[in-house]
Amino acid sequence: MKKLLLTATAAVLLAGMGLAPAQADYLKEHRGGTMRLLARAAAGTLDPHINYTDQAWQIYQPVYDGLVKFRQADGKDGFQIVADLAEALPEVSNDGKTFTFKLRKGIKFSDGQDVGVKDVVASFQRIFKISGPTSGSFYANIVGADKCLADPKSCTLAGGVTGDEATGTITINLTKPDAEFFYKLALPHAVVLPANTPAEDMGSKPIPGTGAYMISAFDPNKGMTLSRNPNFKQWSEEAQPDGYPDVVQYDFGLSEEAAVTAIQNGEADWMFDPLPSDRLAELGTKYRDQLHISPLSAWWYAPLNTRLPPFDNIKARQAVAYAVDRNTLVKLFGGKVLASPVCQVLPPDFPGHEDYCPYTKNPGAKWSAPDLDKAKQLVEESGTKGQKVTIIVEDTAVSRSIGVYLQSVLTSIGYVADVKPISSNIQFTYIQNTNNKVQMSVSQWYKDYPAASDFLNILFGCSSFREGSDASVNISGFCDKDIDAKMQKALDLGVTDQAAADKQWAEIDREVTDKAPAVGLFTPKRLDFVSKRVGNFKFNPQYDWIVTQSWVQ
Amino acid sequence: MTNSEGTPVTTEVVALQRRTRGPWALAFVKLRRNKAAMASLAVFLLIVLACLSAPLYARWAGVDPFTSTLDAVIQIDGVDVPVMEQSTEGLGLGYTPIGPTWRLGNYFLGADGQGRDVMARLLYGGLNSLRIAGAATIFTLIFGTAIGLVAGYFGGLVDTMLSRFLDVLWAFPIYLLAISLSIVTIAHGIAIGPIVIESGSLWLPIIIIGIVYVPYVARPIRGHVLSLRNSEFVLAAINLGVPGSRILWRDILPNITTTLIVFVPLMLALNMLTESALSFLSIGVQPPAASWGTIIQDGQALLYTRPVVALAPGIAIAISVMALNVFGDGLRDALDPRSKVRLGRE
Repeated sequence: MKKLLLTATAAVLLAGMGLAPAQADYLKEHRGGTMRLLARAAAGTLDPHINYTDQAWQIYQPVYDGLVKFRQADGKDGFQIVADLAEALPEVSNDGKTFTFKLRKGIKFSDGQDVGVKDVVASFQRIFKISGPTSGSFYANIVGADKCLADPKSCTLAGGVTGDEATGTITINLTKPDAEFFYKLALPHAVVLPANTPAEDMGSKPIPGTGAYMISAFDPNKGMTLSRNPNFKQWSEEAQPDGYPDVVQYDFGLSEEAAVTAIQNGEADWMFDPLPSDRLAELGTKYRDQLHISPLSAWWYAPLNTRLPPFDNIKARQAVAYAVDRNTLVKLFGGKVLASPVCQVLPPDFPGHEDYCPYTKNPGAKWSAPDLDKAKQLVEESGTKGQKVTIIVEDTAVSRSIGVYLQSVLTSIGYVADVKPISSNIQFTYIQNTNNKVQMSVSQWYKDYPAASDFLNILFGCSSFREGSDASVNISGFCDKDIDAKMQKALDLGVTDQAAADKQWAEIDREVTDKAPAVGLFTPKRLDFVSKRVGNFKFNPQYDWIVTQSWVQ
Repeated sequence: MTNSEGTPVTTEVVALQRRTRGPWALAFVKLRRNKAAMASLAVFLLIVLACLSAPLYARWAGVDPFTSTLDAVIQIDGVDVPVMEQSTEGLGLGYTPIGPTWRLGNYFLGADGQGRDVMARLLYGGLNSLRIAGAATIFTLIFGTAIGLVAGYFGGLVDTMLSRFLDVLWAFPIYLLAISLSIVTIAHGIAIGPIVIESGSLWLPIIIIGIVYVPYVARPIRGHVLSLRNSEFVLAAINLGVPGSRILWRDILPNITTTLIVFVPLMLALNMLTESALSFLSIGVQPPAASWGTIIQDGQALLYTRPVVALAPGIAIAISVMALNVFGDGLRDALDPRSKVRLGRE
């Protein structure tokens, strides 16, 4: 049998698991207190198998566990997959299609129930029974998933996920090898819940978890309380470390301005929402020690509809890419400290990223300046000059200002452009639906997990385009058969040789960028403002700030 | 006291002159004597004139109020000052637009978050707010009057149907209805047969605001017409066989004209507020065009550092609405024959 990369990766990851020597000492010194968090609103349902928001995923980390998990560490270590409820990363057999996990013993849910194999199997079935948002994408490769997707209520995943209670083993069979399967297993949508959890959206009712904390109170209009899980005993510092604060109180309803003031006054410790732009200068000057700037694997971009005029013409698309002044957009976002100009799809420091920018004066690796002459020439050559273009943006200050700027750019190169801000609640689905005939929009994409395919295949793969659907995340409607075939090859290659696959993804990134189905605008950074008393701030590249690994006393 | 020919004017003559004045002249005299109403009218006209001068102001100041000018640099006392100032202290986070210079033609009220001259946008915004409020008022008065006249005069089934229609329209909270209509039409506009209104057109907020306030006008007009319908001169005309349309046009409409005139400033004020609210919610005037509502929205993100961006249009709205309301009150008093405004020395 071919030696699989997955096994090798597992060995490397296990070898690299050094425990932080100081954690025990720190815990003695800093354990206790109440961490107070603020957000304008709750993140929706509490159900971890359904909720698909950054806000909830961040707070699920100390509450829920899967068989594997992203390491609870800062820096690049945070992208590592470590064993969680499983004793170790699994044995991979059957040419990369079978994963055999051994469940840890002695772990309990917060309600006192023991975690058993039946819970794991039931949790995988539940992903389909509740028609989870990623059941048809991330987990569709499990044997039996097709039947579950067709008839969710009677899902058994027969032959796909099986368990042996006596030996404590769980076997997952895939229909074909998937290099990214560990990442998918490490997401909150695959956490293990008690087998008796109803197969329906639990809404505001907390579901018991296995983490260091449990959700002890929740009111979507007021707040959420995390308190220590009385049944928790740390089994892996990398996967589920014990936390410092005794209670995490997450309050909802305060505006961003009020939240900043509360943190300044020490009445709160952190806020989820972006800092208001008119407070940045003040905070950057007077509270610089309380600010943390962290890179994000994210992309602000302007999808161009490749199926509608004028952007069904490649020259028209390239013209826009040449004309956009990324420095102006960076300014609108708050300046160079908070964002960097980009031309390509994959964010910096992301698997498969190799600097590339054809749409600039002096094309090369980095963007330097817009090339308006080239843009105007391309518009002339495309024969699309004078056509009407509408840009759909979110009704937020930054998106609206970007839309207004793009409108002026389009006007300057010969189009008759206007911009429409629509509610943030509907803009993302609106721009996906082809019935709305959106020509151009402004959107953002934040990675689900650290793989090039999560940007290139998801945003520009033929299978991501669905006519007339609100869930057609390939907003550009871009479908190039050659590039799509290369993506499939890269995905397959990733199973055996991830480094070679990343090289292929870099090539695909260049090809997609050349076809300009979207204009890359900038890569944002996360700015966290914490109270004076918050110590040990750690930023995980997958789930952002690790809340319970900071202390408040 | 003498008249122009030097003849002594007696109380009798004054009384005769009063008797011979028409109701319009009397109303005008009454209105002219109402200092608060006249001052309000002057303030409002001043605002209208200022807004009409928006293109001239922008040309004179050499600014484009609809284009982002983040890299612009202006001169103040011979010193180059960037319109968007980057924080140079600490972490160097964020850009702050230049504040008011208080120099006409040179960013008098400062810049907004995109480096655009707030004064120029304020004038253009006022122009759009006034256009929309004015056109919506005309729309409301025409449709409200037509519905009120027909419902009140013909009564019976026609009245029942029209009144229930108004009830349904009126049952929705005004802003909820306006927001719903705006969201439906904002992206694709309206296309009914040959009538096509593009999504960015000012006609959209005009029609939406016009529609939601139709019951506001139609109901009192209907009530007025109902009472006129039973008055002796109308009954006489009906008995003489005068056609209904002629009675409506020649006998009833002139009798509700004063009510309609009183509605004008009040509806203008109401429509300006509604337009600002819709534009503030991004469902009225669309960027990069300005209205006072959109400028307040732009200023919301700058409240902490440049409050004038939101305050200036807010004050403009407050002054305009107050002026229109005070003038409207004066107009109502002047057109009311029972009002007790003294006409002269008696």
